[in-house]
Amino acid sequence: MNLLGKLDWSAIPVHQPIIMGATAAMGLVVVAVLGFITMKGAWLYLWREWLTSVDHKRIGVMYCILALVMLLRGFSDAIMMRAQQAVAAGGAQGYLPPEHFDQIFSAHGTIMIFFMAMPFVVGLMNFVVPLQLGIRDVAFPTLNSVSFWLTASGALLINVSLAVGEFSKAGWWGYPPLSELQYSPGVGVDYYLWSLQISGLGTLLAGINFVTTILKMRAPGMSYMRMPVFCWTALATNLLIVAAFPVLTAVLGMLLLDRYLGFHFFTPEAGGNQMLYANLFWVWGHPEVYILVLPAFGVFSEVIATFSGKPLFGYRSMVAATMAICVLSFLVWLHHFFTMGASANVNGFFGIMSMIIALPTGVKIYNWLFTMYGGRVRFSVPMLWSMGFMVTFVIGGMTGVLHAVPPADYQLHNSVFLIAHFHNVIIGGTVFGVMAGYTYWFPKAFGFALDERWGKAAFWCWLIGFYLAFMPLYLVGLMGMTRRMQHYDNLAWQPWLVVAMVGAVVILGGIVCQIVQLVVSIRARDKLRVTADPWNGRTLEWATASPPPAWNFAFAPNVSGIDAFWNSKRKRREQATQDEPGPVRAYEPIEMPKNNATGFVSAFFAVLIGFAMIWHIWWMASLGIVGAFVTLLAFAFRRHPEFEVSAEQIARFEQAQEAGAAP
Amino acid sequence: MRYGLVALTLLCFLLGGCSEGVLNPKGPVAAAERLILFNSLGIMLAIVIPTILATLAVAFWFRASNRRAAYLPDFEYSGRLELLVWSIPAMTVLLVGGVAWVGAHDLDPRKAISSTAKPVPVQVVSLDWKWLFIYPEQGIASVNHLMVPVGTPISFELTSSTVMNSFFVPQLGSQIYTMSGMVTRLQLQADHAGTYPGLSTMFSGDGFSDMRFAVDAVESDDFARWVHEAHESGQVLDPQSYTELAKPSQAVVPFTYRAVVGDLFSGILNTASAADDPSQRICSTSQRAER
Amino acid sequence: MNIAVAIDSVPQAALPTTSEAGPAPKRIVVAYGFWIFLLSDIIMFAALFASYAVLVNSTAGGPAGARLFNQGTVAIETVCLLFSSYTCGLMSLAINSRNRLGMYLAAVITFALGAAFLTLELREFAGMIARGATPQRSAFLSAFFTLVGCHGLHVTLGLVWLVVMMVQVAVMGFVASVQHRLLCFSLFWHALDIVWVGVFTVVYLIGVSP
Repeated sequence: MNLLGKLDWSAIPVHQPIIMGATAAMGLVVVAVLGFITMKGAWLYLWREWLTSVDHKRIGVMYCILALVMLLRGFSDAIMMRAQQAVAAGGAQGYLPPEHFDQIFSAHGTIMIFFMAMPFVVGLMNFVVPLQLGIRDVAFPTLNSVSFWLTASGALLINVSLAVGEFSKAGWWGYPPLSELQYSPGVGVDYYLWSLQISGLGTLLAGINFVTTILKMRAPGMSYMRMPVFCWTALATNLLIVAAFPVLTAVLGMLLLDRYLGFHFFTPEAGGNQMLYANLFWVWGHPEVYILVLPAFGVFSEVIATFSGKPLFGYRSMVAATMAICVLSFLVWLHHFFTMGASANVNGFFGIMSMIIALPTGVKIYNWLFTMYGGRVRFSVPMLWSMGFMVTFVIGGMTGVLHAVPPADYQLHNSVFLIAHFHNVIIGGTVFGVMAGYTYWFPKAFGFALDERWGKAAFWCWLIGFYLAFMPLYLVGLMGMTRRMQHYDNLAWQPWLVVAMVGAVVILGGIVCQIVQLVVSIRARDKLRVTADPWNGRTLEWATASPPPAWNFAFAPNVSGIDAFWNSKRKRREQATQDEPGPVRAYEPIEMPKNNATGFVSAFFAVLIGFAMIWHIWWMASLGIVGAFVTLLAFAFRRHPEFEVSAEQIARFEQAQEAGAAP
Repeated sequence: MRYGLVALTLLCFLLGGCSEGVLNPKGPVAAAERLILFNSLGIMLAIVIPTILATLAVAFWFRASNRRAAYLPDFEYSGRLELLVWSIPAMTVLLVGGVAWVGAHDLDPRKAISSTAKPVPVQVVSLDWKWLFIYPEQGIASVNHLMVPVGTPISFELTSSTVMNSFFVPQLGSQIYTMSGMVTRLQLQADHAGTYPGLSTMFSGDGFSDMRFAVDAVESDDFARWVHEAHESGQVLDPQSYTELAKPSQAVVPFTYRAVVGDLFSGILNTASAADDPSQRICSTSQRAER
Repeated sequence: MNIAVAIDSVPQAALPTTSEAGPAPKRIVVAYGFWIFLLSDIIMFAALFASYAVLVNSTAGGPAGARLFNQGTVAIETVCLLFSSYTCGLMSLAINSRNRLGMYLAAVITFALGAAFLTLELREFAGMIARGATPQRSAFLSAFFTLVGCHGLHVTLGLVWLVVMMVQVAVMGFVASVQHRLLCFSLFWHALDIVWVGVFTVVYLIGVSP
């Protein structure tokens, strides 16, 4: 019995120079980062304050860092694909052989959706929701930490697949029979499956956490209709997570059973049904894209209202539209495979449902428009991202409605027209949204703002680059090009694909601008320092310090309307004209959860289990399961999971804030 | 609006390359689909263009530095505007939804094309990584090349010998998935003589990019002549030569078989799905792709 | 800079509704969160049920349910599990009244009944496998073993959890966190019952009716 299962030295792709180069680059970055931390002597600080943190603010920041790092990996895949397709025309084969190209497009989709977009939106929700709700933390802080670390474990496994073994070549959906053992005998699909199962569990737990937090833990006085719209979109998103991710767990689990134990859920022989996979996958898959875009809608609601100096137009409408999208997103999944042969009634039904879901989305666009109407619009960086979104997303939504017409889809399905459509909505919606949110809440998280000029440069590069990269794809799709082609015959497509590649390079410029922005801002942080309320905000997160103390608010805020902070600012201005000061309350000690290593250690065992299962190292997997169980027990038998923040400490902090804020 | 769309098509042609795609239909199905695409696009643009312009205009006019713009800090609700805001998308959805429903029925892949000519049945099998076309009535088969008579409906029955693929000829009409152990159906027709590219749109492995075939639409006599010539040379397609063919290969040069032994298509179907069980003949899913 | 200092003097008790009353107590938060988890678990089972329904006739020439299932065994399993839910309820009552002996007794009986359920189920599986009705035989059998097996796996995890909880009570006493977890356990155990009702209806009753 081989002690290392299927693993041996041949797993390292030494004969593929591009992969080895990428691995080396990745390794260098890792070594550089670890070395930097060692040089600064920051390991203990990092461990105590970040890696074992159960503070939603820290966890939110770590999610966003994970997302930004994986953006680089996912984008490298993108630019490699654009380069390949720009040259592999006529008889040319390009520089990426099919075996490699197939892994790249599979990794690109998987990484961008699961390890860039998801962590980014979950990270923003993590940081912002408890602050906006006026509470100290989420319902289950340690579970929150576990969720983050499980997501990071999934990301780690995908990165390991670059160096050890291979990644899936079956696309980011992994349709059988291609993803079954018979047609994908290597470890690639296994990396895909285990990575997603592990991070999927993390995401599901986060969903449970946030639904409970939003529904059961809001500041006194904050009824449902006084919640900020970002919290409403967060609620809808997390309800979708709770309802959709179990289906993904089930369907990927069934594929795992097929591959590992020879079951026949989706195999061509013994009665398996490949259409079942498509159905189950997209029952998860369509809510997933709303999981990605609803938080972005929430960000835009906050940003547009704040930077127009006006309340959000049509609050009730926005809430209704959000919850409508939540429900409707479960009724449209078949539009992902109109061409699988369903009857006209079925196709027609799902086509119409898909259009109906465009209704609440359209309503939101108009409400944002009317929010700006009669306002005083400041075009800071978050507002620029919002404007870019409003134009770009509408175009993407339009092409989505075109796809929703079954006979149109019969010709456009799986073409690069489709690719252009979903990048149009994901980049225009989710990416622009998280970039806006990142810029908007960065000062709150770190106490200093991001450099404005580099931010604007980044925005324009992203916007122009996006249009250059994807508008040609609409055309080429109409010309008959399908997706995932490693090379093609029709030379007429090539000029457009070259333009697309130029667009990708411009986006790269945008990413570089963002990296520079970060470096420049950190270096100039003393000059870029902000107070609690740098944007003249409307919601409660701006009522506390930047960065907030661990306990968020010294007293639970008492809320009496929408835009709680804006109202209290107004009241305070009115009261300042009167002579009597408000009553002063004494600070009371606050109980906070203790940081603990449960999350980090769970991640360690998750990676162990995943890696062991992928390579069929059964003893290692068993050890991992035992280890995970022991970790759970250690958590369960903790004696003193909380610590107390004394009233004096709170008083000292508040006094320091007031001293700093006084002109 | 119609002129705008014509202009769009012309622009595309001028820029070159549109000649082989969806915007240059050569058959009734593709023509109908293009019309639906244009109609839907027209309806949507009528909403989208004003919306985008309004967004940019409002943002520009109400910019903070514009002192002439009214500041309405309490303008956060208007019943009339809400009604408008919900009804514009609703009406659009109603219109396009109608187009979708009617179109889905008119252009159902299974629906026969109304024609005086008798349909020519063709059985399609996607393999790794080429296409096999069996002409059951003519008794020949062809690999990576489809010859069809002009003005005649072609009635396709499709399956796969391996993984999922999708049969697509952009200039003739709809695509449809091919799945092993199951039969999907499609009707297409070419109204003009010519050569049209065909491909697979469902990624199926390393040789996917070469899964292309040419569709030659020719006059009936030319078609009959081609069938006759095919009978003269080439191998016989029987289970053995089929097994040879099914072995993975890429960028296969088109060739024909001079005869087809028995009902090979049913044989391929049955091999893929454990023959003996009668319950396999009935597909119990609601998608109705038949086994 | 804290808004509460300057402005807010509305006493908590004056607030009218639950949604305005501020964060709920820990016990409610924990139970609610666990409910949401249970709902997500039920959705996972729903996906497995759906797959079973799609594949129930895909027997690939192999045996179908009618030939394989023993209604008698299933009836006994059902009685065991449902009765164990009853004893779990008794355990909850004992916990509420801090009756340690009663709690341990009820826990032992619950465990025994759950273990009996599992034993019968494993014997059923072993019997089927011995007759060649393995999950690798057909899609129907894959779906059957996965659906019923997933439920059985949940029962197993529940039994492990029960043991851990008893150890927790012994070691830590009836502290708040232990009480919350015991509440979650009984929610879990009852939910498994509900899923089992679904399983034996869909798999053993409907699937086998002529």
